[in-house]
Amino acid sequence: MSGVQVDTTAPPGAGVTGEEPAAAVYDLVKRYGRAPVNAVDGVTFTVRPGEVFGLLGPNGAGKTTTIGVLTTRVRPTAGRATVGGVDVVADPVGARGQIAVVPQRSNLDRSLSIRDNLIFHAAYHGVSPRDRARRADELLDQFGLLPRANSKPDFFSGGESQRVMIARALMHAPRVLFLDEPSTGLDPAARLFVWDRLRDLKAAGVTQVLTTHDMYEAAALADRIGIMDHGKLLALDRPAALVQSLPGSTTLDLVLAPAGPAVSDLLVELSQLPAVERLEELPADPDDQGSEPAVRVRLYVAGEAPGLVAPAAAAAAGRGMRLVDIRLGTPTLEDVFIHLTGRTLR
Amino acid sequence: MLRRDVHVTAHDLPTFLAQVILQPLFLLFVFGKVLGSLGYTRGGYANLLFPGLVALTAVITGMQSLAFPLVAEFGWTMEIEDRLLAPMSTALVAAEKVLFATLRAITASVVMIPVGILVLGSIPWRWSALGLFAVIVILGSLLGAAMGLVIGTSVQPPQINIVFTLVFTPLLFTGSSQYPWPSLSRLPWFKVVTAMNPMTYVSEGLRAAMVPRVPHIEPWICVSVLVGSLLVLMTVGVRAFYRRAIT
Repeated sequence: MSGVQVDTTAPPGAGVTGEEPAAAVYDLVKRYGRAPVNAVDGVTFTVRPGEVFGLLGPNGAGKTTTIGVLTTRVRPTAGRATVGGVDVVADPVGARGQIAVVPQRSNLDRSLSIRDNLIFHAAYHGVSPRDRARRADELLDQFGLLPRANSKPDFFSGGESQRVMIARALMHAPRVLFLDEPSTGLDPAARLFVWDRLRDLKAAGVTQVLTTHDMYEAAALADRIGIMDHGKLLALDRPAALVQSLPGSTTLDLVLAPAGPAVSDLLVELSQLPAVERLEELPADPDDQGSEPAVRVRLYVAGEAPGLVAPAAAAAAGRGMRLVDIRLGTPTLEDVFIHLTGRTLR
Repeated sequence: MLRRDVHVTAHDLPTFLAQVILQPLFLLFVFGKVLGSLGYTRGGYANLLFPGLVALTAVITGMQSLAFPLVAEFGWTMEIEDRLLAPMSTALVAAEKVLFATLRAITASVVMIPVGILVLGSIPWRWSALGLFAVIVILGSLLGAAMGLVIGTSVQPPQINIVFTLVFTPLLFTGSSQYPWPSLSRLPWFKVVTAMNPMTYVSEGLRAAMVPRVPHIEPWICVSVLVGSLLVLMTVGVRAFYRRAIT
């Protein structure tokens, strides 16, 4: 279902596969008030029906604003956005009928019980009274909330609130479900529960658009991922294809100390070691409170990385430096982000 | 949406009644009963005060029913988001808020009648002026709701306390609810200040309906000023609502 092609040039109204996109933005620009820069700066993508589409980027990348435009809560400065074929600016009421939104922070109605939260939501969306009650019970059961259906949201944990909000979103059977940072702040168990439910929804054919700054979440859930930074879409592909686009099949992180004038020569020497395809200098580890200044580098290696540890240590010694720490790994979406921006996701 | 608000209020009826009745009840009791019994006010004062307190109840209840919840919903509970995302015009969400606050205010004003009878023994009531009474109560309730809409959409949560002090208290005491406006001729500057408060026209309109012998502003002037103020406040309020709802 998820093709490899990067669709950034489709003209308005044209889906890649010929079917109508579940959601799409074309040359989207948003600038807030007197802000000096665009929060979203010329973004184009289409989301296919049934697809789980992830927007990955650090806080402030423009993900939430993009979702805000698609969900009619943010007015675009320029460009076009559609959900289910409906233009969100020309027909916001029609667009709202196509979508459901699970926000980052709980916005449950605290005056109502969980069950009434679901039922009134459906009423706002014009679901008939009989269907409301039946669907509420089904969803409460599915999300493990039935025993507490009559409690008020104040007594719910973050994970439980998130479950309630997803159940609520499904009450009116939306064509596209938008989730803003669906598992931020949840404990690991709650997070896995939410992930499982989202996978169930995908199996049931519900199109999902989610934002996250967590690469594990993006990789775990999304069919395709758009990487955003500073309001721009830097890359868009399947997670595996994004990672494969990086040079090297394994990584070797080195921490070298003391950092001094010899570092630049050492980096050149390291990058010329056999099988090293690329070298990326990493930002200093904020947790590292070591007394001596150190430099962190990541080598992208074709083949096996462990064989490089000894030559790297020898090269460092030759320049009067020591190898303080090493870590072996395989490239991840975080490496894609580093490759594209020179920064880490946090 | 209206059903949601009614549902919540119905489940919380004692709180609602305490909220709307307590303040006018004490004002009525102290100014109408206690001061009268002690001889500090003249005999007719309670009759003059009662229409003013109905006006106060209508305006203040309308304002409180809208402003407080709206500041919270836009500011930190975000409860309103679910309604803003419903497939209906954003203006309708604002209209529902105004309608609900108005209904609460009308209810509270009507409740004042038995409360008045209970505290004062009798109230100045004229069946012949029922129409005017109803029109002014409805306009006063709408006025309160419109003020609430403006406050609720323009105030950030941290400012809420100071805004209520700066807006609420002056509004309470410059609205001619405790004195008839024409009698202020000896305090001309205060007469001007109170004329700027639209609540004055609610108080005066109700006096025209209930105690026409007390000098009052002509009903047609009251109605015109109230309709004009409503148009201005609603326009400002709905625009501000849109700005909060869609950035």
